[in-house]
Amino acid sequence: MRRFGDFDACEDAVQEALLSAAQQWPDEGVPASPRGWLITVASRRRIEMLRNETARRRREEAMGYAPEPVPVSAVDDSLTLLLLCAHPALSTGSQVALTLRAVGGLSTAEIARALLVPEATVGQRISRAKQKIRDCGATFSLPPPAEREARLTAVRQVLYLIFNEGYTASSGARLQRAELSAEAIRLTRLLRARLPDDGEVAGLLALMLLTDARRPARASPDRSLVPLAEQDRSRWDAAAIAEGVALITATLASAPIGPYQLQAAIAAVHDEATRAEDTDWPQILQLYGMLHALSPGPMVQLNRIVALAEVHGPVLALAQLDLAEGDPALRGHHRVAAVRAHLLEKCGDLPAAHAAYLTAARLTLSVPEQHYLLARAAAVGSPDGAPGAGPASAP
Amino acid sequence: MKYLILIQSNERSLAVWEKLSDEQRMEFGRGHLLLTDEMAKAGVRVASEGLADPSLARWVSVRDGRTVASDGPFAEVKEHLAGFYLIDCEDLDEAIGWAAKVPDAAFTQVEVRPVLDMSGWEF
Repeated sequence: MRRFGDFDACEDAVQEALLSAAQQWPDEGVPASPRGWLITVASRRRIEMLRNETARRRREEAMGYAPEPVPVSAVDDSLTLLLLCAHPALSTGSQVALTLRAVGGLSTAEIARALLVPEATVGQRISRAKQKIRDCGATFSLPPPAEREARLTAVRQVLYLIFNEGYTASSGARLQRAELSAEAIRLTRLLRARLPDDGEVAGLLALMLLTDARRPARASPDRSLVPLAEQDRSRWDAAAIAEGVALITATLASAPIGPYQLQAAIAAVHDEATRAEDTDWPQILQLYGMLHALSPGPMVQLNRIVALAEVHGPVLALAQLDLAEGDPALRGHHRVAAVRAHLLEKCGDLPAAHAAYLTAARLTLSVPEQHYLLARAAAVGSPDGAPGAGPASAP
Repeated sequence: MKYLILIQSNERSLAVWEKLSDEQRMEFGRGHLLLTDEMAKAGVRVASEGLADPSLARWVSVRDGRTVASDGPFAEVKEHLAGFYLIDCEDLDEAIGWAAKVPDAAFTQVEVRPVLDMSGWEF
């Protein structure tokens, strides 16, 4: 993730994406969704403000004045604790465990059940984490202003990790792990209450709400995962969606844009579609373009290519996928095979799709995803027309 | 992320074992105990065990509702699992680091494999 200190690069990249969007839309017609305009207008306005603020900051720095961070009450223990638990000396696993224990108040046993590791292991992880923090000489106080933004970024990452642990859980330990998502949302609300002007915290909260809203539709009765396109949207949590949409709308209009806000905006566009076929893919494509400019990564690239296929067709998307595979971060990634299979299927090249689904199934580490990919492989059939083979390895 | 470190016993490892002195063999065993302890202290140990001799194993199958437990095949088996470490750590690089500390890695080799997981993103 690019540091927000890199204003010039961020600004230029996002501005470019927005300008191209502004140019395209008059040709392709005004988008039906008002949110599309809102994002453009809001972002443009924020970019301008950011420019002005950057100019002001540069003038101030030139005069030897360092800007003060958002003032936080001296007795604000929970924020201090959150920041402390995200200390850079700790591994992410330790940050997660420590945050859940110290800020979340979960017992070691509860954390162990949630993370699917033995209680003794969690206990050790937490003790070591505390010791490491002590060894670093860190005290129970806010990090110095220069480090605060970086530490806040770490806190947001930890909270998102906790959310993911809970959200992606399926079957078996689902109940305990679902509580993790609720805990992540609770902690993020806590953080937002302490830092109401932080756009990325708001974006993170909106993203969690909008993602968690889909939970009731994620699993089918046989406990396999249901893809987004096939989910029964009447089971989505409308109240959570309403809250998430309101939050991201307000945030986009009032804060410098950031990756969590963009991810939340994408989730909002998905969640606003009453049927999968109503999804505003052109807008999602724009948003992924902006996200790629701000915070590039393999998953962003792949998701953007999926959106590209929806807007410009699978052939173009496949060409983009071939190009993207040049990136070392993507090479051999199982998701590449899964996306390729999906695109080949859309192109109607069923034998190639079949092979790609099997490859993806072999490479994934997720059992539910493996089942899904093997089922797709069977559905598109084997090259000689017979139904696909069964799973290569049963769990 | 969870990884399994597998320690196999085969002709090659047995040949190496044959050449070790008593002192070296004790060192080997101590090495495993120390590593287990180190993994526990680091908060990465999920489970680790040494396994008994294959002659003590039973092979279980169920046919037509009947459970059959038989002594294993002996002559044909070239390799069997001797022990394992199941760890939960940041990534494959860290898992490899732990595997490198397994005493067997210095004499033969050990296998590190990611563990499949029941979580899954929407797709």
